[in-house]
Formats: sequence, structure tokens, C-alpha cells
Amino acid sequence: MECRKCPQKAVITLQHGTLCKQHFLHYFEEKVFKTFGKYQLLQPQDVICVAASGGKDSLTVLYLTKKYLREHHLSCSLFALAIDEGIHNYRSKTLQNLEHFCQQHDINLHIVKTTDEFSATLDQAYPKVNKDTKKKPCNICGVWRRYLLNKHARRLGATKLITGHNLDDEAQAILMNIFKANTDLAAHLGPVTGVEEHKLFVQRVKPLYFCREKETRLYALLQNFPVEFAECPYSRAGLRSHIQEMLNEFEQHYPGTKQGIINYFLDILPLLKERAKKQVQEPLLACSRCQEPAHQEICNACKIQEALHA
Amino acid sequence: MELTIFKERENSTKKIIFSGSTVADLLQQLKINRETVIIIRQQEVLIESEPLDNGDHIKILSMISGG
Repeated sequence: MECRKCPQKAVITLQHGTLCKQHFLHYFEEKVFKTFGKYQLLQPQDVICVAASGGKDSLTVLYLTKKYLREHHLSCSLFALAIDEGIHNYRSKTLQNLEHFCQQHDINLHIVKTTDEFSATLDQAYPKVNKDTKKKPCNICGVWRRYLLNKHARRLGATKLITGHNLDDEAQAILMNIFKANTDLAAHLGPVTGVEEHKLFVQRVKPLYFCREKETRLYALLQNFPVEFAECPYSRAGLRSHIQEMLNEFEQHYPGTKQGIINYFLDILPLLKERAKKQVQEPLLACSRCQEPAHQEICNACKIQEALHA
Repeated sequence: MELTIFKERENSTKKIIFSGSTVADLLQQLKINRETVIIIRQQEVLIESEPLDNGDHIKILSMISGG
């Protein structure tokens, strides 16, 4: 079948028709660049840290952020930051791809290892922490990654932290928060995350917010980015993977479901943020142990440390 | 017709007897959700309405989640 815009062969069917390689690449980049513009993800003097893992999303967002800066004559500096949780037979593969990609595209890469910071890999920490706290590997990994990305992005002077979260990730997070009645956590989602600015937090932004996972994989494939199949061995363990399957099932039968969830959420997000701001009664604390931001006396990363060394 | 299928997620190749005519038919026969894969034939990405031919070698690439 032909592209709806030219006689070339189509590579994807979207809701509004089919597109060939050239028109799809243009459509995808336009969508990301519009997100940068509409939500003012970057300011001219920003120092940008891109949270990178070496997967399709982070390579795509690294490449397109650099392209956006070039095409919009922005002089922001940019570097990549990766967290090595030491997941056996997984992370070393994706980091190899990332190192190669950053070399090719002249991007400074910093890698932080959880063994240096917490004296353990996720593989070592999970059985011990789970025994006491029942935390799933993705809970531990999520706390570690958020903590280390913020801490080291700030240490390296970043004013923006770009993540590769895509439309599927966000739709899943919205449903997870609904299922668990986490209204306040939902207020922290959106293309620009968080509820209030704070000097200890580096502002997180998501340029791939409106890109479906399948579109991002196709973009990375058509651009020949070095993405090989490497799936986190823990990725099937949590609630997210069930919601992901459910959403894909709905998307197959009712195309546009994921986009519909995002559109609905963006309509109510200002109300959620207002509500969350009113409910913040006490200012954000600094963890009494590590001095990183915390909502309680001890931050979640230090609580994991406690369980790990109990 | 007979097709040779490589599934990236399982890193395995096998021949199958295919009773349909298009990529959409193939996904239905293999019970694969189109939202979760990209289909390749000879370095070319195929959309669901693309017809398949006897002897085709098809690659099924999967979405890879996780950061």
C-alpha cells in the first residue's frame, strides 16, 4: 500500500492514514519538536541532562534533542547520564550500545553505578530488600534511578533532566495511579513533571510524550540506531506489565485508546496540580541521612539501604 | 504457503504453513497483537495490508520496554 502523501511504499498505518519512511520520520520529528515548543521544555540557557539507558527511547530522545537544539539555534549544553543497576545479562548490553551511540554523536556520557552509591546491584539488593519490605524489583529500581538521576544531574550542573518516557509509558502510569487511587502522584505526571519547583530537584521533561512505543521503535529502526533486543529480566514482574498488555489489547480493538487516555488526562492535569499544591502543607525536607530531597525524615533510597543492610 | 518466521523476542526461527494472504492474517494466525510488533521482509517494513508470498522470510521485531 502507498503512503497517503506520496507514491512510496507505506511503513506504518496511523489513525489518519499510512506513511512511507520519509514522511513518517518527518511526522515523528515534527511531533517531538512541537512538544518541545508547546510545553516550553527548554530555555535558551539550560544545561540539559538526558537520562539514557541505551534503549530505543533514550537513543531517540538524545538524537532528537540534539537535532532540536541545532535546528532552533539554541546554545544549551547537553550530556547523557546512565544508571548502571548491574542487572545481569541486560544492562551491560544496553550500555555498550549507548557508549557507541554517544561516541558517534559526540555526546558526553556519565555512568553512575549503584554498586558505588549503594554497595549493591539490583540483583543483589532485590532478594534482601524484598524479604523485609515485599518491594518488587521495579519499585527498588525506580527509587534508585529517580534518586541517582536527580542527584547526579544536579551535581553535573543540569537545569533540565530529559527522559525518554513515551505515550505508552504515560498512559500506563495514569492507569496505575487510578487503580491505586494515587491522585497526588498522578499530579506529578505530564510532559513537564512535578507540582512545584525546588532547588534540590532538577526539572524533568518528556519530549516523546505524544509518541507511541511502536512509533519510537520504528523511528529508531529506520534511523539505524544500535538497538538490539534486550529486555529487562524483571520487566514482567509488576502491575505495569499487566496494564501494558491490557492497553495494547484495547488499542488493537479500539485504535486511539492510548491517545484518548493522554488527552483526557491533560484536560484534568491542571486541576490535579492545583489540588496537590493546596495539599502540600509542609515544605519539602532534606533527608536526615543523605541530605537529598525527601517527603519524610528519611528518603526512600535510604529506607531501601536500611532494609538492605538489616 | 510456507513462510520462515524469525521471532526476535524468542530469538528463534521456524517454518510455518500459512493459510492467509496478508501480514494482518499472519498476525492473527500467530495470535500476535499488531501494536506490539514490527514486521520486516528483506530489510523492508511491512504494514498489515501487505500481501505475503510463498517462501517469504519474515522477521517479527518486538517492542522492548524498560529504561
